[in-house]
Amino acid sequence: MKIVLDHLTKKFPGRGRKNPGEVAAVSDFTLEIPDGELVGLLGPSGCGKSTTLNMICGLETPTSGTIHFGDDDVTKLSPELRGVGMVFQNYALYPHLNVRQNILFPLENLRGKDRLSKEEMERRVSETARLVQIEDLMERKPKELSGGQQQRVAIARALVKFPRVLLLDEPLSNLDARLRLQTREEIRKIQKKTGITTVFVTHDQDEAMSICDRIAVMQNGVLMQQGHPQQVYDDPSCLFVAKFLGTPPINVFEGVVRGQTLYIGGQPVLPAGGVKDQEVFAAVRPEGFVLQSDGPLSCRLERVEVMGRDVSVISSHDACTGPAVRSIISAESRVDTASSTVRFALKPGKAFLFEKDSEKRVTVQQN
Amino acid sequence: MKKNNGKAWLYLLPALLFLIVFMVYPLIDVFIYSIEEGFNFASQTYYGVGLYNFSYVLHDPYFLQAVQNTFLLVIITVPVSTGLALLISVGLSSIRPLRELYQTIYFLPYVTNTLAVGLVFMILFQKTEYTDGLVNLVIELFGGNAVDFIDGPYWAKMFVLCFYTVWVVLPFKILVLTSALASVNQDYYKAARVDGTPRLRVFTRITLPMISPMIFYLVITGFIGAFKAYSDAVALFGTDLNASGMNTIVGYVYDMLYGDSGGYPSYASAAAILLFAIVLTVTCINLLVSRKKA
Repeated sequence: MKIVLDHLTKKFPGRGRKNPGEVAAVSDFTLEIPDGELVGLLGPSGCGKSTTLNMICGLETPTSGTIHFGDDDVTKLSPELRGVGMVFQNYALYPHLNVRQNILFPLENLRGKDRLSKEEMERRVSETARLVQIEDLMERKPKELSGGQQQRVAIARALVKFPRVLLLDEPLSNLDARLRLQTREEIRKIQKKTGITTVFVTHDQDEAMSICDRIAVMQNGVLMQQGHPQQVYDDPSCLFVAKFLGTPPINVFEGVVRGQTLYIGGQPVLPAGGVKDQEVFAAVRPEGFVLQSDGPLSCRLERVEVMGRDVSVISSHDACTGPAVRSIISAESRVDTASSTVRFALKPGKAFLFEKDSEKRVTVQQN
Repeated sequence: MKKNNGKAWLYLLPALLFLIVFMVYPLIDVFIYSIEEGFNFASQTYYGVGLYNFSYVLHDPYFLQAVQNTFLLVIITVPVSTGLALLISVGLSSIRPLRELYQTIYFLPYVTNTLAVGLVFMILFQKTEYTDGLVNLVIELFGGNAVDFIDGPYWAKMFVLCFYTVWVVLPFKILVLTSALASVNQDYYKAARVDGTPRLRVFTRITLPMISPMIFYLVITGFIGAFKAYSDAVALFGTDLNASGMNTIVGYVYDMLYGDSGGYPSYASAAAILLFAIVLTVTCINLLVSRKKA
């Protein structure tokens, strides 16, 4: 089911005398989610991604804008009429019901012509349980399950109605690191198997990048950029997106463009074709550094971390806005650890320029 | 290990001391009183040991009347007050405007003196030769005959006593239930909404099970409190409860000790032991039922 969010805005009224002004949690959010895709809403906490999800779900009504599922305008529909399944951050499994009863619960709510026969309900429940592999746990209470198992029960409960859209609110945040890796693979697998259009909210860019067909990066209620993860990573539209994606994070330098050349710390480091003279932020991905004995960017070497497959060089530079410059180079190149400086050349495709004031991307002509 | 045990007892000593002096000793003493036959309070002597005191109390029509009154009070007020409190708390937690005002209003009876409230109830329900209470005025307005609720037929007096008891215990129950309702995670309700759960089903399948421990707590303490009722009856019907036929078990115990017929600590103790046995039995049944459900 294709989802279209059109100029979606949600304003919350001010609370009390202390904060009289209304708060715009989401402003003018426009996004089209193609049928059958897994989309990650990504952003730091408080950026409005959960509010957006709640509006898609129907738990919040937008102040303005519309939501379409396929050709249906669902903006004013209540959640149960939209055909959505939702997995809550804390799973919200009913503690007094066992797994089977929890999964059965949504089906028992169906009335009238949607009402299923007892056998049909049982069949659906066991089918969904098989899909998320929890058939052995059916008689247990939620508190007798591990975090990962509760997660699967919650997904099963959301899927049992065969919803048109599956929504997941921070689905992995309550799991430990190892389980998180495993579970995100599983979510992806289940999504692929069912082909259901899925939106999930996360603040972990790693999570979003790894499993999503498409990511939408938000900041302060505004959609900053959306697209295929790799495409957003390789072509960030603003400094925020560049900084938010990628581990280790991108290195940001204060620089200046003069005569179509980027200068960092007074040294010309990169050609900047077609860019007018101005002060800029130059952001370089960790993998965008090339070790070169006569490289233009000279940094003070602090330490080298060997990770086997590649080497992480930590150095510092006066023009760098962060505390350290972190670069990742292949393990074949040898770093002279005795030397106090290390010199780099930059890969043009891995370095981005942003206007100093607006932090908007400045396009460099590559040739 | 031995040394630690000694230390543990040493730390427990202050609490144990108080418990023994003020709880265990009186309990044993009451039991001893209850089996001393023909105890004379003035000379502190008795003839023998036996169950005569129990037999006397169990054959005393005043005691049987008190038992009947107490059981009626318990059976009527505990379910009614708990149900009403649940209804009001659910109502309170589903409204937004003026919620705090209503909460305060519902809580006011709790901080009001029971005797003062009793006086107000007496005036509301009374019927004398000179004036009728407000309730009787209303009854007459609708064409009914005035009833003397304070000094009239048994059912009328029992009705006032139950009404009054429910009114007095309601605030605390509302307080407990509203906080129990507020502590239910909102995500359960959101999940229920996404699944299109009808309101009644949300209440019976989600809200009630979630707050059931609190409801059981209220039922158990409500039973115990109602079995020990005394001051409510005094507030409405005065101190001579036997004469008005509205005595309770605790009232009977008090009368045996200090009332007009007072000076019989043995009978009082026997009645107290009987009350203790009743309350213990009912509480055990309550606990068994709640454990089965949980």
